[in-house]
Amino acid sequence: MGFFTKLKEGLTKTRKNLVERVESIITGRKIDEKTLEELEEILITSDVGTKATSEIISVLREKAKNGAIYNTESLKDLLKTKMVTILGHPQPIVVNGNKPFVILTVGVNGVGKTTTIGKLANRFRSQGLSVILAAGDTFRAAGIEQLEIWAKRADSQLLKHEKGSDPAAVAFDAVAAAKSKGIDVVIIDTAGRLHTKSNLMEELKKVRRTIEKVMPDAPQETLLVVDATTGQNAVRQAELFNETIGVTGIALTKLDGTAKGGIVFAIKKGLDIPVKLIGVGEGIDDLRDFDPNEFVEALFS
Amino acid sequence: MFESLNEKLESIFKKLKGKGLLKEEDIEVALKEIRLALLEADVNFKVVKDFVQKIKEKATGKEVLESLTPGQQVIKIVNEELCELLGKTSSRIHLSPNPPTIIMMVGLHGSGKTTTAAKLARVFKKEGRRPMLVAADLQRPAAIDQLVTLGSQIDVPVYFSKDVKDPLTLCTESVKKSRIEARDVLILDTAGRLHIDDTLMTELKKIKESVLPKEVLLVADAMTGQDAVNIAKNFEEQIGIDGIILTKMDGDARGGAALSIVAITRKPIKFIGVGEKIEMLEPFYPERIASRILGMGDVLSFIEKAQKSFDQKEAEKLQKAIMDETFTFDDLKDQLLKMRNMGPLENMLNMIPGFNKIKNLNIDEREFVKVEAIINSMTGKERKDHNIINGSRRKRIASGSGTTAADVNRVIKQYIEIKKMLKMFKGKKGFKLPKFLPF
Repeated sequence: MGFFTKLKEGLTKTRKNLVERVESIITGRKIDEKTLEELEEILITSDVGTKATSEIISVLREKAKNGAIYNTESLKDLLKTKMVTILGHPQPIVVNGNKPFVILTVGVNGVGKTTTIGKLANRFRSQGLSVILAAGDTFRAAGIEQLEIWAKRADSQLLKHEKGSDPAAVAFDAVAAAKSKGIDVVIIDTAGRLHTKSNLMEELKKVRRTIEKVMPDAPQETLLVVDATTGQNAVRQAELFNETIGVTGIALTKLDGTAKGGIVFAIKKGLDIPVKLIGVGEGIDDLRDFDPNEFVEALFS
Repeated sequence: MFESLNEKLESIFKKLKGKGLLKEEDIEVALKEIRLALLEADVNFKVVKDFVQKIKEKATGKEVLESLTPGQQVIKIVNEELCELLGKTSSRIHLSPNPPTIIMMVGLHGSGKTTTAAKLARVFKKEGRRPMLVAADLQRPAAIDQLVTLGSQIDVPVYFSKDVKDPLTLCTESVKKSRIEARDVLILDTAGRLHIDDTLMTELKKIKESVLPKEVLLVADAMTGQDAVNIAKNFEEQIGIDGIILTKMDGDARGGAALSIVAITRKPIKFIGVGEKIEMLEPFYPERIASRILGMGDVLSFIEKAQKSFDQKEAEKLQKAIMDETFTFDDLKDQLLKMRNMGPLENMLNMIPGFNKIKNLNIDEREFVKVEAIINSMTGKERKDHNIINGSRRKRIASGSGTTAADVNRVIKQYIEIKKMLKMFKGKKGFKLPKFLPF
């Protein structure tokens, strides 16, 4: 199954809800204030957020006034263009530079960090890269075991300490081991933590500092994993994780449900953090590069 | 948020000076703000629409109470309505007359089913029952290990099998096992699944039909956005649920999903999860979530916790100390200890309106430990009279508490400031001391 089909399939529900409703509103009707209001409602229902929504709507309103929108097609095109513009250019993860390429994975509880790491490792392996996974979730019961199973599935090495040990030490050892063995990629798992717990956020800072000690330009990528079902709180998550350790990209998971994933607009708009990966299913291959064009296209096709 | 919603409403109603009836056109503007506040709290759009309509009907023509401004009046109506919607039904877990009482945990991936199952088992164990956990999540890697670990932490047996690949068989067998072992509560931890995954939803339905649980509990993440409605609707329609447990309430999500889920399913929220630790499961209080959704902070929880920690008698003692100006280091230590007994300070501060807006509010609990250690290293005399603490005493206190002389100085300075503040309180007319001091 091609990427596009898969993505479209994953987003079918979204498309059904969003597009059908957009179309039901705009077909055969004059584009008036009421139409715009209803469009606004649809965007909000998709978790796009009030801020991003009002920007989109105000642009549409402006154009409608100037007579640039004369039918439903042009309205749809405009909406699409506007949404793609907010998301920016595709920014996939590119493994380059000095070895190892270190990816630090963070996020709140239950968003799918470990699963995303497993899928990501599998993808790097299929590209012929060597991978070490660092079992940094030393807090959660069976957190290490879960990663261990993924390491096996993805045919990757695993570096682990005991449960309850210092995650910074795990990260340190993993990067040091990768450096001495010439491994290409290190992916560090961390325990899920709410962004409001300052002591746990401090712990992340320490993990980062420790990695920098072994390798000054690492981690080259700090991925925040965000659950697509999350509402406006995802923006707060992105804000606080970014302030604490600097987030370079978002992995948006669980897009195969009915969640619209509209928060990516709010996050990009508010914080300018790009979405790099999306999870569209439970299979080991169901992790894709995020492409704003395809994402928006899949929403509207 | 509450401040801003409140402020906005106040400014809207400014023109409505004095008392009078709330008129429709005045309310209309206020309703727009309320709508926005609810949407920002992730309450589902349709739910908001119905809700706002109801508020409009209730508020129109209502007399503005003398004690309230029109803005407050509207907020009061909103709050009452929210509470009513959230808490119509009692939220106990119903026990089966023929044990075991079977409880089935269902929900999406990562909503917190496994942790919550263990938390719930702990609650039953504390009540003197004999719970058993069932590791029926055969999907997620290491899910069984996780439940086994949690079970051993609370000393509750976990029924599991690494050979059985079918959750239905496992669940039916666990029921037999629980009868043999005379377990009176059986908690089934099922695998996380998407509400649109027909195969997995059917599997869940079959388990329900075969073990006939007394309660099916939907475990939902408090951070869920607009999709909460679809999730709840599907689980209710396809499986049928008896209650909801809302998890991750210790974050700063406004929890609008609670309102969406209750509005759609008309089923009560029974518990809320407020932390990763196994004892962090609390009963649900509608009025608290209502204020939270409105962004008013969880003041009620805060007050209740404060009241638990600070009893009346001690408060009187403290008041006397303040009146007599004999507030000593011992009294200070006492207050600090009580504050710490209320739970993690951060959780406390999150409950206070406005605090959750402050970014990067760093509360170092260790700071309290330091202050305590410093006071502990003082002699009885020093605790009563800080004036005698000279250079060499400072040094001794510092080395005794493992701190520095600068730390000791700081604590003394803070103490003096608190004393000054208390003196001001005393001077105030009609001053009534709060039950605890907001240091």
